[in-house]
Amino acid sequence: MSSADIYREIILDYYRNPRNYGKIQNPDIAQKDSNPLCGDELEMHLNIKDNKVADVKFTGKGCAISQASASMLTELIIGKDFEYVKKLTKEDILDNLGLHELGPARIKCALLSLKVLKYGLYSYLSEKLKDTASADRIKEEASGLY
Amino acid sequence: MQTSVINIESIRKDFPILKRKVHKDKPLIYFDNAATTQKPIQVIEAISNYYLNYNSNIHRAVHELAEEATAAYENTRDKVAKFINVKNRQEIVFVRGTTEAINLVTYAWGRQNVHKDDIIVTTEYEHHSNIVPWQLLAKETGAKLEYIGVDDNGELILDQLDGYLDSGRVKIVTFSHMSNVLGTITKSDEIIRKCRKKDVRVLVDAAQSVPHMEVDLQKLDCDFFAFSAHKMLGPTGVGVLWAKKELLESMSPFNGGGDMIREVHKYETTWNDLPYKFEAGTPNIADVIGFSTAIDYLERIGMDKVREHEMELTKYALDKLSQIKGMKLYGTNEIAKRGGVISFNLGDIHPHDLATIIDEDGIAIRSGHHCAQVLMERLDVAATSRASFYIYNTKEEVDVFIRSLYRAKELFRI
Repeated sequence: MSSADIYREIILDYYRNPRNYGKIQNPDIAQKDSNPLCGDELEMHLNIKDNKVADVKFTGKGCAISQASASMLTELIIGKDFEYVKKLTKEDILDNLGLHELGPARIKCALLSLKVLKYGLYSYLSEKLKDTASADRIKEEASGLY
Repeated sequence: MQTSVINIESIRKDFPILKRKVHKDKPLIYFDNAATTQKPIQVIEAISNYYLNYNSNIHRAVHELAEEATAAYENTRDKVAKFINVKNRQEIVFVRGTTEAINLVTYAWGRQNVHKDDIIVTTEYEHHSNIVPWQLLAKETGAKLEYIGVDDNGELILDQLDGYLDSGRVKIVTFSHMSNVLGTITKSDEIIRKCRKKDVRVLVDAAQSVPHMEVDLQKLDCDFFAFSAHKMLGPTGVGVLWAKKELLESMSPFNGGGDMIREVHKYETTWNDLPYKFEAGTPNIADVIGFSTAIDYLERIGMDKVREHEMELTKYALDKLSQIKGMKLYGTNEIAKRGGVISFNLGDIHPHDLATIIDEDGIAIRSGHHCAQVLMERLDVAATSRASFYIYNTKEEVDVFIRSLYRAKELFRI
């Protein structure tokens, strides 16, 4: 995938003007992670109401791919059913970004936000909903992302 | 385009990897030499020659292969001693790399000599390998870890060292001879002079200096000195720890096992002589032998020439880089005070994005925190891009690099 295909106007726009950037006071889910190889950091906050994503925000620092990916993910899930969010896959994220052929190093940038989201869901499912079966499944998905 | 001091054209012929193309048809421009350098064919052949013709374990057996292998392995020790001007070959300990050398010191010397409330002094521009082992030691002993700060010019604020030394509790000062991010060459003589007055030990992390400049340990009056072969044309998995004999003798072993013993009984063992006391187990024979050829190669060029070539190339690159609008360069612009390492940021392009873009033009640079997160915090950046040069790099390659940076600016519309 060439740089011209990666750094399209839309990716740069989300990088420079991230939507849903910020924090939520007392969120239902708060999760952060970093990529130890490059130092990228990402924190996501979610509120769940009536089984829907009522609000979602993120903060972080990193490359255009990781930050645009996080911002676009927040737009993808806001207002959606909790079940939909639980089922999100790697392909959904890459579709959403329009980035399909990233190399092994850069795909981690694109998937960091999904990883953070899944670990957040894991904590929420296991601690608040006591749904250990779903929680364990999501944790396994998160750890196997890359 | 050659620099004036060395014959790059003939040097480049010795590096097979420089003939390969990346991204289909782009000639490789390798500017990641601070991470590891490429290997000349002579080094590669020395390693394969060992495996093809005299592979055997060293020091014990009496057959011909073992004698040849032992001689080649030990010959490297003599060469290293001469290369850094050490009189006693017994003071040269082969390890896996600089990281292992520093861990050896923190484990074997540190645990005997550093106690509760003692102070260990390091600097803000260290590689993680010269921070984390000391953190482990401090945690274990209850000692305190203190940092010499870095000023806006990328140099150490040595007045801060005086403050620590005046406390009378400093046991060791440990610092990088050359910063792997800023390229700053540390004023080692001044630090060592201050430490000598207070009878404080000094460790020099020379991973970035020995490959790029002349080093004379008769003049540099430190106690421990560590560097890696793979950053100076040699193979990975070989490094050197040098320490004064009295110190090495006073220290307990790091690893226990074969080759480091004199006599082993059921409950007690006596240690082998130096340096073998610190070389337990079968060492990395092939790569130590390859390292010897790497030293030959550098000596043939001359370390003064290596340094001169890099200074010329660094000056050329800095001049061009500083003309790019939106370019932020880190470190001093006085060439004499720095090595061939240039860290920078271009506009709001994240270093990983920048590295991805210029990689398409065949240019390999490093992006990220360079295992120096303490320094990144000091500079208040998450990451930088880093170009670092060696003997086979040319001004022409720098020109391609500069053009590629302009292309990155276009892609990011800045």
